[in-house]
Formats: sequence, C-alpha cells, structure tokens
Amino acid sequence: MKSNYLSIVLRTSPHLSRGLSVETVMRQVIYALLPVTAMAIYTFGQSAALLLITTTLTCVLTEWIYTRLGRQEPTIGDWSAALTGLLLGLTLPPAFPLWMGVIGSIVSILVGKMIFGGLGCNIFNPALVGRAFLQASFPVAITTWSEAFAPDRFQYCASSTLAAPFLRPMVDAVSGATPLAAMKFSHQTTIVGDLFFGLTSGSTGETSAVLILLGGLYLAWRHLLDWRIPLAIMLSVALFSGIFWLAAPDRYPDPLFMLFSGGLMLGAVFMATDMVTSPLTPLGVWIYGGLIGLLVVVIRLLGGLPEGVMYAILLGNAFTPLISRMTGTKVYGTNRKLLSWK
Amino acid sequence: MPELAHLSASKTFSHGIHPEEHKELTSARPVRRLPFAPHYIVLMAQHLGKPALPVVRKGQEVIRGELIARADGFVSVPMHAPVTGVVTEVGRSLDCDGRMVPSITLRPYPGATQEVLAGEPRTLENLSGQEIVAGIQAMGMVGLGGAAFPTHVKLSPPKGKTVNDLIINGCECEPYLTSDHRVMLEQGEAILLGTSLVQKALGAKRAVLAIEDNKPDALAEFSRLVPPGSAITVAAVKTKYPQGAEKMLTRALLHMDIPSGGLPADIGVVVSNVATVGEVGTLLPRGQGLIERVVTVTGHGIDRPGNYLVPLGTPLDFLLEQVGFNGSARQVLFGGPMMGKSVAFLDTPVTKGVSGIVVLAEDEISPPRKTYPCIRCGECVTACPIHLNPSRLGLLARNSRFEEMASSYNLMDCFECGSCAYVCPSNIPLVQLFRLSKGILRERSTKR
Repeated sequence: MKSNYLSIVLRTSPHLSRGLSVETVMRQVIYALLPVTAMAIYTFGQSAALLLITTTLTCVLTEWIYTRLGRQEPTIGDWSAALTGLLLGLTLPPAFPLWMGVIGSIVSILVGKMIFGGLGCNIFNPALVGRAFLQASFPVAITTWSEAFAPDRFQYCASSTLAAPFLRPMVDAVSGATPLAAMKFSHQTTIVGDLFFGLTSGSTGETSAVLILLGGLYLAWRHLLDWRIPLAIMLSVALFSGIFWLAAPDRYPDPLFMLFSGGLMLGAVFMATDMVTSPLTPLGVWIYGGLIGLLVVVIRLLGGLPEGVMYAILLGNAFTPLISRMTGTKVYGTNRKLLSWK
Repeated sequence: MPELAHLSASKTFSHGIHPEEHKELTSARPVRRLPFAPHYIVLMAQHLGKPALPVVRKGQEVIRGELIARADGFVSVPMHAPVTGVVTEVGRSLDCDGRMVPSITLRPYPGATQEVLAGEPRTLENLSGQEIVAGIQAMGMVGLGGAAFPTHVKLSPPKGKTVNDLIINGCECEPYLTSDHRVMLEQGEAILLGTSLVQKALGAKRAVLAIEDNKPDALAEFSRLVPPGSAITVAAVKTKYPQGAEKMLTRALLHMDIPSGGLPADIGVVVSNVATVGEVGTLLPRGQGLIERVVTVTGHGIDRPGNYLVPLGTPLDFLLEQVGFNGSARQVLFGGPMMGKSVAFLDTPVTKGVSGIVVLAEDEISPPRKTYPCIRCGECVTACPIHLNPSRLGLLARNSRFEEMASSYNLMDCFECGSCAYVCPSNIPLVQLFRLSKGILRERSTKR
C-alpha cells in the first residue's frame, strides 16, 4: 500500500469537470456544418468544393504562420480557424474566384481575429469581417451567382473560379439570380419549398434551410448552441416583415419567403450564435436576436441591397457589449445589478 | 404515485449545475462499523474557532467518551476520547493540509469492551433553550456537513435577531456522498428529536427538512415519520448542485436572500445539517460527547465502498486499508469532489467535518487538459448560483486587479462552489483564481 502514496496528486476543488473543451465545441460545429457543405458541393459542383477547400486551408495556414512569426504557441489545434474558413466559404457565391477567397480568408483571420488578440478577444465574427471586406472590394464578383444543379457541374468548374489574380474575370454566360435579387429587382417570388430544400441559386452554403436547421438542432441538443438567438432572429424577422407584408402585400414578400431566402438561416444558426461575439445574459440574447432580425428586414426591404444578414449580424456584434452591460442580472443577496460585460 | 407528486413540487433556485452523481456506489449500503485502529489521533482543532485545550497527560488511562480536552472560550468545543485506552502523546500531528497542529494520540486497549460509559443521561422535558445550547456545546457538536462550525454558536444568534425558520439540510448535493442519506434512512427518529430540540433552543416557529428529490426513499421515510400537523414539515427540493448551500436553500424554500456579507440569522433563518441534528437527538438525551460520525468512503480507488461509522481520530491510512485501498487510487479527498479538499498525507486522522472520503481512480479524475482563452460562451454565467460573472472575474484575476474584483464584481459573495470551473470549456481554473484573489485581498487588508 505504501507504494501508492507517491502516485497521489494534489489539486484544489472542484475535482470534477464536465469535460467539454473549446476544441470539442469547435469540432462539433464543423460536424454540424458537414451536411450543409455536402449539399453545397452537390448543388454547385467542383467550383464550390474548390472554394470551400481554399478558404478553410487559407484560414488555418494564415493563423499558423501568424503564430509562428510571433513565436507564439500554435493555436490552430482549437479548430476555430478551420471553422472560420468553412463559414466564410459557405457565405460566398459558388463561382467566386479562388484568389479572392484567399484574400478574404487572410483578412478574416488577421483583421477579424488575430489583431484583437486571437480566439475569444475579437469583437466581430471573423468570417463575416472577411466577407464584408470582399463585398467592399469585389462588389461584382460577390454578386455573380452561378446556376444551381448545372448539368456539367462535376466535370468543369466555372471559369471565374480559376481566374488569375487582378485580371478581369471572364463572365460566365449562365448566371442565376438569387431569389432575393429576383424579388427585389423584378418582383419574382420563389416557391418556399424550393428555398427550404435548397433548390435555388445563392451563396454556397445558404440555400438549404432544412440542412442548416438540422445542424442547428443537433448543436442545440448537445448544448453547444444558444437556441434562443436563432429563434429570436426568426421571430423578429417574421414579425417585422409580417408588418410590411400586411401593409402592402404586393410590394413586400411574405414572412416565410423572408425566413427561408438568402443567408438568413445560415447567419441566424451558425454566425449570430458565435459565442465570442454574442451577449452573455439571458435577456441580452433575446434583445440581440431581435435587433439582428429587425436590421435584416430594414436592410432587405428598405435598403439598396437585396441581402442584409451579414451587415445585420456585424451590427449586432457591435451592440453586444452594450446589450450585455444593460442586461446584467441581480447578484444574490444584493440589490446590485452586475455590469455584465463581454 | 406519491413520489411523482414530490418531484413535480420540488423547490429550487436559479442557475446551478448537474454533475454526475455516482451515489449509487454507496447509497444502498447501510452504515457499518470497522475494526478499531492501532492508534487514534484526536486533533484539537477539528472545528472553526479556537482549538480545544487538552485536560489529560501522557500515560493517562481514558474510557471511551471521556472528556480529554475542554473548549477554549465560546467559539470552541471540547473533545472526547474515541476509544478506551491510554494517552500515548499530547503534542502535535499533521492535519490534512500538512500543518502541525495540537493533538492527543491514544492507543486503545485491545481487550476493552469499547462501550461508551461516560455521560450523564438527562430528561428532556424540563430543559430550557439555554440548557440545550450548553448541552450541545458540552457534546463537542459541530456542523457535520463539512464546515465544522460549532453548533452552539449557530444556535446563539446575535442579540436582537429572532429566528423564525429552522431549515434542516438533507440535500447532500455533492456527488458521491451518501452519509446524510443513510443517516436519514436509519436515524429518522433521532433527527426528528434533534430537530425539535434545536427548534426549542432557537425559539423558531417553523422547521422544514429539505431533501433532494433524488432520495425518494428518504422523503417517503419522513412522510411516514412526521405526524400530520407537526411543527416540522418535509420539503422536496430539486436535485441540483449546489442546492445544499445555505444561500440556495433560503431562496428555494423561503424565497429570501441572505444579505451579502450577512448571516442567515439576519433574515430570521438558521440552517443546520441533517446529520448534526441527528447526533443532537441521539447524544443529548444520553449526555454523551461526539466521538464518531458516519463517513461515506467511496470512489473507484477502493474495493469496498460504503458508509462507515468511524471514530474521530481514525488514521486515514488505516481506514483506507480496511476498505480495500487499491493501486488505482490517484486522488484522496476529504468531502465531496466539488468542494472537498485534496489530502496530502494519508496518516492524517478523520475529523468532525469529514462527511466523506472520496478515493478517485485514474478513470474518475479528469486528465490534465489544455487551458484555452475564454471564449465568452457564458456557461459560467449560467452556472453561477450567486449570479456573478465568473468570466469577467477570471480575466481580472489574471491581470491582478483584485480590488476591482471585490469592489465592482462582488468577488466576496462567491462561496466557492466550483460550478464555474466545472462547466468551463476553456478549462480556466476560475474558482481557484477567486480563492487565490480572496486570499491576496485578505492579506493586503491585514497588512494595512
């Protein structure tokens, strides 16, 4: 028995842990995105596959080089860079030139995350920072949509995909307008069923609402996602777009169309729920979700752009510290509301 | 389905966590005795407050239950001999933290009957509240839930405070521990007697026995024992950690908060552990001292987990040998795994505050994990029963901003339940940082 004395370790309580780690959280989110990714590749073929691989690898490589140059411990093992890259790829048009995807990924990681101090310190969702940069820099490329289920999608990739950097890309003959653009500029509606199952054109990963929702439900079931945020966004979008629709049904789309079109589902389930950039307090998450929903409706219906999810979430991120601060809960045994913070 | 009725009515607090219970290892095992050890080490400070003063000499013979050390002032309790035998040393011994503290070492006589012969039985009817409190101090009674605060001090609320509610705490929300559970099943009558004595001492109008709803057998036992219309009621509370904390119980049962920095008596409440009142009910009528207690000895590191009636002063190594200490033990804890202490020395004795000894094997302790930066997931905020912001406090602690932690983020309201560190996916040692920060602040304020 004496021999066992040496193997006994000393620790301070608690001696148990739930055993969940950041790495597991990030990996599980990636797993939840796999069906969406598979659907994206099935819908848009080679171009989408190349784009997703490019953004994911570039993000991981950027973070690795950054930590390497800064002589820091490598951080790519936490899977957050890979997740950022995958999410960025899923928000871009399928035939997006790869070299632009590389630039977007570098911006995502460097400007969106590392200059703030790395994981946990960023204010904005890194993938959306990268996408916003691309939207400002390449407004044409990022609104050029290829057709879904093109017959030769597995044999050839779009010529724009392999366009050489800084040269004018060849514009593809076939390009499909997204349901939102069709709605906004020519008042054509799309059948909601098509939107739900992902039979339309759009960004790589945003077309199939059902797969996104399944991924979200899986994460919520594993307690890795705050289900209140997507719910709040959807309720808010339904409410505010419902008001517009009831006021002028011939001018504005119905709430169901608003919910299932564009990047709303992907944004609500996988972007707005980013733990780092969403509020901490129970009331705060409802306000945050409600605000994002309102902004989506305002940008889509009153603004000049057909889509507004990206800007709505980035603005929501900007309000997060304020929302957390305003909704602090009362400390036990005191009358003091803690200034909860991000 | 009376059990289901209990469950649906369970009272609770907000936030908290649900760690795996592991109570099945010992909950069905009745309390048993073990053989006597070759020697006993009775520490003079098994309670909060001033250590007891020895009244025996080396070489003196003592009988089981005899007074061997007297209380030193009001916030102190006496000690009694756990065995009939001879005093081999009045000196110092190692406590579980590795400090040398005053102690009395005894060697039992092998042939002795080890019957408790000391004590003056008394009739309970004519006892006044003050006599009950004095009797409880003479017993050497302390809170058996783990804090080991002298019971008679708790039963003497400051002048001007009236106590209306007595809460008897039978939650046992720590994983692994089942000693209170067994005591409730096996000593129900003593608990009710002890409760009424303590209630009389306090002059409390109501007494409520709170039991977590993961112990339906204990709830059923007391529904049977407590006569209808009695001054004592039984309440089911939700199985959730840290339900058994005083602050959580007052909120769950009475919807009242103990004021920050205050005592339960400030809101007219006293909370007492169920095993404590059980011992009062057993020992006070006999006029005997506290010389043994029920301890859950459990975990995969031992072969025969169970609930044992252990004489105070039993050396830990002897006790573990009796229950089959096996090679896989990696950590030995006094108390439960959420708030218990890691034991450094196995020759340290069992004391009054040890409700459980958890011997964790390799498969039960979490492997050393990488610490990641805080990802603001808010899990700790949702877990903290006091509604603090552990995420923010942790960041401030890392930057040595201790004063700000106390002044702006209510550090001192943290009672170190460990829920935040338990849930943290970044593996940040939150509660450990808070403990350290409090220590540093205490040190700074005494220096000033």
